[in-house]
Amino acid sequence: MAEFRLPRNSRIDTSAGRTYDAPAGVKNVRRFRIYRFDPASGARPRIDTYQLDMASCGPMVLDALLKIKNEVDPTLSLRRSCREGICGSCAMNINGLNTLACTKTCDELGRGDISIYPLPHLPVLKDLVTDLTNFYAQYAAVKPWLQTLTPPPPDRERLQSKEEQQRIDRPSACILCACCSTACPSYWWNSERYLGPAALLAAYRWIVDSRDEATGERLDALEDPFRLYRCHTIMNCTEACPKDLNPAKAIGAIKKMLFDRQH
Amino acid sequence: MSLRTPLARALNHGSARDGVGHWVVQRVTAIALAPLAIWLLVALLSLPLADYASVTGWVGAGLHPVLLALTVLIAAWHAWLGLQVVIEDYVHGFLSRTLALLCSLLLHVLVAAAGVYAVLRIALAGGA
Repeated sequence: MAEFRLPRNSRIDTSAGRTYDAPAGVKNVRRFRIYRFDPASGARPRIDTYQLDMASCGPMVLDALLKIKNEVDPTLSLRRSCREGICGSCAMNINGLNTLACTKTCDELGRGDISIYPLPHLPVLKDLVTDLTNFYAQYAAVKPWLQTLTPPPPDRERLQSKEEQQRIDRPSACILCACCSTACPSYWWNSERYLGPAALLAAYRWIVDSRDEATGERLDALEDPFRLYRCHTIMNCTEACPKDLNPAKAIGAIKKMLFDRQH
Repeated sequence: MSLRTPLARALNHGSARDGVGHWVVQRVTAIALAPLAIWLLVALLSLPLADYASVTGWVGAGLHPVLLALTVLIAAWHAWLGLQVVIEDYVHGFLSRTLALLCSLLLHVLVAAAGVYAVLRIALAGGA
């Protein structure tokens, strides 16, 4: 069966959470409840609560996390790089929705506590850092590069019309943050066999690329009950995407192309 | 513990080159069921259900047995395809998955056969 419960030693130990109070006298306090797991300690995961002075904190969730790491608790582990929504490193589950900590403001999360967990259903390496090996391998498996038989023109690049470029404009904007794939129940239950929305969006991007000459082989490789058809169009991927892309629509388009070439 | 590379595991056994037919039939049967279900619901609601003879008479009248048999067959077909997807989603392991799929197939074939048999029996009895 699909695993619906975490193994015992991965379940949150509700009695082990630590609380870090805000400095005395500050007025604008907000509580951050953050998933903590240290594989070296042998202890079960716990939820730590940090009370932050929002008057001295930047607007984004990532600002709050870095404030915690810099000023309160340097043991907190997380990935981050560009802090402007283009590297995809700081993808995590914030108040129940997968998104980028760097582009999510604390204000748009209402007024209550902010809960921060690692991306769902991935092995956790430490705290908010997850193991994305399988996710990247699936991206590589769709051969995300230009494949041609025709040699390139000797005097210029391979040309596209404006309309042809527009078709790949949006899907090319994917930053591989994994918010979509890890929001997908089909990916949770069958991540070994279902490619997931991110890899399928990448596949779509190369299928509709007018310069690519492996369209047929790409469609062949996707025509599979598990690789593609585990998608039941519940659209969690589109809901989660912090770049406002639409993997669900791309997957629907791939299914339509597979139907179309049979009739 | 496996020492295969992540890419080898992602590529696994390649594409099964299957799934389009399943996807198409699931949608075609859904579209076919929409008018049939509405027809059946409206007809049943307008029947004086308390009366056994009038209901069996309705089942055997005109094109009703044909439409009823089609409804049963298409509904069973659609339900089987749907349950197959659910089983593939959640039941892992070769033996348990194969057994679950076979049980589901058997169940749906039985339901379809029993439904069609019941309609035929009433229709062919000709009100006798």
